[in-house]
Amino acid sequence: MITFIIRRLIATVFLLVVVSMITFAIFFLVPRLAGQNSYQLATQYVGRNPTPAAVHDVEAKLGFNDPFYVQYGRFLKAIVFGAHYNNGPSSTYCPPPCFGYSFRTSQPVWPQMMSDAPVTLSIAAGAAVLWLVGGVSIGVLSALRKGSVFDRFSMGTALAGVSLPIFFTGLIALELFSYKWPIFPNVQFVPLTQNPLLWARNLVLPWIVLAFLYAALYARLTRAGMLETMGEDYIRTARAKGLPERTVIVKHGLRAALTPIVTIFGMDLGLLLGGAILTEVTFSMQGLGNFTIQAINNQDLPEIMGVTLLAAFFIVIANLVVDVLYAVVDPRVRY
Amino acid sequence: MARWPRGAASPKRGEGVTTEALQAAAARPANTGHSGTLLEVQDLHIHFPTDDGLVKAVDGLTFTVDRGRTLGIVGESGSGKSVTSLGILGLHRGSSARITGEIWLDGENLVAASADRVRQLRGSKMAMIFQDPLSALHPYYTVGQQISEAYLIHNQVGKKAALQHAIDLLNRVGIPQPATRVNDYPHQFSGGMRQRAMIAMALSCDPELLIADEPTTALDVTVQAQILDLISDLQAEYGSAVIIITHDLGVVAELADDVLVMYAGRSAEYGTAEDIFGRPAHPYAWGLLGSMPRLSAARTERLMPIKGTPPSLINVPPGCPFHPRCGYTALTNGRSSTEVPELREVASGHLVACHLSASQQRQIWAEQIKVNL
Repeated sequence: MITFIIRRLIATVFLLVVVSMITFAIFFLVPRLAGQNSYQLATQYVGRNPTPAAVHDVEAKLGFNDPFYVQYGRFLKAIVFGAHYNNGPSSTYCPPPCFGYSFRTSQPVWPQMMSDAPVTLSIAAGAAVLWLVGGVSIGVLSALRKGSVFDRFSMGTALAGVSLPIFFTGLIALELFSYKWPIFPNVQFVPLTQNPLLWARNLVLPWIVLAFLYAALYARLTRAGMLETMGEDYIRTARAKGLPERTVIVKHGLRAALTPIVTIFGMDLGLLLGGAILTEVTFSMQGLGNFTIQAINNQDLPEIMGVTLLAAFFIVIANLVVDVLYAVVDPRVRY
Repeated sequence: MARWPRGAASPKRGEGVTTEALQAAAARPANTGHSGTLLEVQDLHIHFPTDDGLVKAVDGLTFTVDRGRTLGIVGESGSGKSVTSLGILGLHRGSSARITGEIWLDGENLVAASADRVRQLRGSKMAMIFQDPLSALHPYYTVGQQISEAYLIHNQVGKKAALQHAIDLLNRVGIPQPATRVNDYPHQFSGGMRQRAMIAMALSCDPELLIADEPTTALDVTVQAQILDLISDLQAEYGSAVIIITHDLGVVAELADDVLVMYAGRSAEYGTAEDIFGRPAHPYAWGLLGSMPRLSAARTERLMPIKGTPPSLINVPPGCPFHPRCGYTALTNGRSSTEVPELREVASGHLVACHLSASQQRQIWAEQIKVNL
């Protein structure tokens, strides 16, 4: 088991390096292949209406004329060890992990992302708990009462949940529960460390709206999984042993049906941590999702690179956790 | 209990049944050392309503099993063998099955008993060994956890004692190094070991009735013989009643004291192994015997399959359900296709559901069937 984890860790580091290469290639190599030269790239890094001399100066300072492997090495080095930028008379130090300075704010990218990350984390974590508990229990009940009124109702609701976009359900929720009946008035992000109660109260609506979408998906998955597992031979064996039906369902049925759910849950959570874009925009919360949108709108290259790599990092880590969890859940996977 | 010696005389399944085995089965004296009836099934019906119609999987079945004896239930696929066994364990509860009739286990009618009462009896007083041990064992729990589970539920013991009990059972069913293998998962066991573990699981609460549903079909032939030997040894040791469900007449010839031949959810012939193998009276039983490979037969001789296919259990043929496949309907003045044959006693304890008269049956068996086997 320990060798399994170590092997997966090494693979994960390797994967992260590959991801950084691909990201770098997308933003620096592909435009060049498409015909952009280093001068045009450098124009993005200087202010409006620059003199050609200033652009050439930046081009040389940032080393855009160097071979690509040198540029990639510098990029990777900055992430791991930080970087010094020569501003002529003085030099600025950008501590690791350094993704450069934002065009928009002239601030280092990493601290900005870190200030937005707690918002995304708060939204994603709370919603994840809701949808996992809600989706799985509704799915199990639906499977056990297949064809009942409860099953039809919950599967109908699930269909709605999967189909309705967050900006629709989110706005409806805001209109009803924030404006018409102000149960959750003035929804905005309050840090957990500042006021835990207000943090939770203001996040209830985003949690429910986001969890609704995922819970619907998970309820359908769990239902299908449970229906399949409960028809397995080992369930009949469990019943033949004289186990109470509750034990048969939870210990023998649900345990097996949960395995694929765990996998998907890890991936979904990893994906969300990179930015719950629709939820954040709908509820005007400044998380990584909104950060991404703004970076793209401003064509802010260092910010886009940073958030892309951070999102990739979350997904790769989620993958690792899922792999390890899978081995814990299913003994046949251990090798 | 009278058994022919194990080893040399014991037939190897898959190589066909030796004539000696059949003769041994036929010559086996009726077991008189039993201590009364354990299971009594009376006029059992198990019907499943489906969109296509009512499936009469079991339709009026009656048999008894005494303590210390083995009943073999044989028949083609779809004849209702497995449905019967699941019905005895009450595993159709919660499904759409309609069950009528009586199942008396040691003085208790399981059909009328509460679901919880039947659950308590399941795994403790009656237990089952399933066909495919790989799919019948849970892949996520160790063999030890699965064996001790039933013991924990039905007895007031701690986890440690239950695990020790599981180790003892694994040892008893012949798993080497049981103290370490008890922590293995089913996928780490070989097919034969899985079936041994399955048997250990069934035995964990010392059941009085053991039902084995085709316990050897998923195993290779050498392992089959070991598993059958194990079952019969354990029966001798525990004195339990055993029902062995199979379509392999060789298995029945080796293990069973009594035999029930099922066809289309009904009993076609029921008697001692001696009756069924020595003087079978139902054309279907003749067909089963004729379609079985034998070592004594010349290599050029072909098997005689029963023509046709088993009937649909939704539209069972009128009259005798076997009549469309029977070669002797001409002798019954057309009653075969109009009248359902009653189960008649042709000799003491030997019951046959056939319109042929007892003398016709004896004559056809002696003159046409036996000589060609």
